[in-house]
Amino acid sequence: MILEVRDLTKIFGGLKAIEEISFKVKRGIILSIIGPNGAGKTTLFNCLTGVLPSTKGHVLFEDEDITQRRPYEITEKGIARTFQNIRVFNSMTVLENVMIGQHSRSREGLLTAVLGTKKFQREEDEIRSKALEYLEFTGIQDYAATLAENLPYGDQKRLEIARALATEPELLLLDEPAAGMNPQETMALMELIKKIREWGKTVIIIEHDMKVVMGISDWIIVLDHGVKIAEGTPNEIQNNPYVIEAYLGKEEVDLLS
Amino acid sequence: MKKVLFMFWCALLSMPFMGIKGGAYLFVGICVSYGVYVLLAHLFGKIKKPAIPVNTKLLSTAFIAFAFILPFLIKDYYTDVAILVCIYIILALGVNIVVGFSGLLHLGFAAFYGIGAYSNALLTTHFGLGFWSALPLTLLFTSMAGLLLAFPALRLKGDYLAIVTLGFGEIIRLVLNNWDSVTRGPNGISNIPSPFILGFEISNLMYYYYLVLGFVLIAAFIVKRVYHSRTGRAWLSIREDETAAEAMGINTRKYKFMALSFGAFWAGLAGALFASKMHFVSPESFSFMESVFVVCMIILGGLGSIPGVILGSLILVLLPEVLRDFQLYRMLALGVGLVLMMIFRPQGLIRKN
Repeated sequence: MILEVRDLTKIFGGLKAIEEISFKVKRGIILSIIGPNGAGKTTLFNCLTGVLPSTKGHVLFEDEDITQRRPYEITEKGIARTFQNIRVFNSMTVLENVMIGQHSRSREGLLTAVLGTKKFQREEDEIRSKALEYLEFTGIQDYAATLAENLPYGDQKRLEIARALATEPELLLLDEPAAGMNPQETMALMELIKKIREWGKTVIIIEHDMKVVMGISDWIIVLDHGVKIAEGTPNEIQNNPYVIEAYLGKEEVDLLS
Repeated sequence: MKKVLFMFWCALLSMPFMGIKGGAYLFVGICVSYGVYVLLAHLFGKIKKPAIPVNTKLLSTAFIAFAFILPFLIKDYYTDVAILVCIYIILALGVNIVVGFSGLLHLGFAAFYGIGAYSNALLTTHFGLGFWSALPLTLLFTSMAGLLLAFPALRLKGDYLAIVTLGFGEIIRLVLNNWDSVTRGPNGISNIPSPFILGFEISNLMYYYYLVLGFVLIAAFIVKRVYHSRTGRAWLSIREDETAAEAMGINTRKYKFMALSFGAFWAGLAGALFASKMHFVSPESFSFMESVFVVCMIILGGLGSIPGVILGSLILVLLPEVLRDFQLYRMLALGVGLVLMMIFRPQGLIRKN
């Protein structure tokens, strides 16, 4: 188990955004989290990565409790994420964006930078060449010198993935990676995510596009109103009455049966 | 439409001192020159900017060489102005780290400048230290002041941070003004000694210019090196998107602390140089206007760009000198200039990349 979530709860004022969610994630799989809008999917991501402090419950990453850690510490431990609304560093080049991802895997500070020591130079070269590798992996190496804000939408999403990969995570969280993409881009994205899995990383994605979810997931978790209502393989989920109800509404289901 | 409105506004502004007639002349003048420009542009196609490949290395070498022979070319009075320009460049480089790189709008930087100047003044006059032995202590004090301010301030963002830092700047100025027993209040501290190098007093303007120029080169070199390092990238990412920066494994709190104390460090150096140049410090040199002035410099030059910071300080210190004959109107000219910048070139004169 790479990740274990126990009774995770997040309350905003009087609203229970997620309520006592528990699940386990096996190493090397693609796990999808689905559910209607407002089901608490992104809140769950934010609690896992420390962006929001959880109200109750625990998150164990590689058997270590990371519940109340700050986001940067969690990234250091090996969880990386992308954001639902693109958050690339706009006025920096694509290459610089990915180089920032290497931050927690490098350590040279102010002094060696000022002196320009050999060690500093070597680390800097290493960061650059690794960043280029990740750009190549995600297929945007041609844009290395472009400002991130000038990138097409789909490539900005790829850049976010490249940047997250540059933090050298074991677990990658993707928040709606296919949103706003055309069918070709979506296909390419699915290939990319599969490639990341083949690389030995574990991936958790939040996604609305059912073609993507059913096409690449090894396991699916369904949330509704902050509660986990089902989990299983894509096949099981497709035939689960609770899931159909959550998506279509109770009356529709009654009508169908 | 925007341009015509703007011309009208310029003319309106000039009315109080040029009279209605003068304002009308100005309006017509600008209209005519703009018309000629449009006509020419129409006749000869779009007037393109000359696409000369700029060799930045050559350009900066030439600039530095020019700076070195400058005192031989100009009168003593202008050497004096050049020293002031250099001191402001160091100060602006410091502010640029905080405002330009890290995106923390800091409106109280005159406080660090003042702490630097007063530390130097007190250490040399009260404790009899020389400039060079006082300097490390001065830099230590200002960096510590930067850290101390960071504790309460970095819980805030954007406008709120600006207000708190503004308040901090005022507190320091008021303390300097009212703590009579130590700072001698509004009377200031005089008889601050000049620095010595190898037993040789740097009292001559030209020698002092070279000393300050040396510090400018060191400061620009160090800031540039840091900018192109892991630390610099971390600062930039905080400016761009703090949440994403944190998700990239950057301890944003730590890097903000670093930015503030590193920025204050340069402000302290500028302050120490200012004190030993003037041989006198008083609280009024470190008012709120001073902070605004420095932020204007880096905005004018181009936020985050080191050559931009240098150009911005150059222009904003020289402008009042050049316009000395128009005493009354120079602040107005400055204001109009800044408004013009914001309308036509909001990214500053020299843009990064």
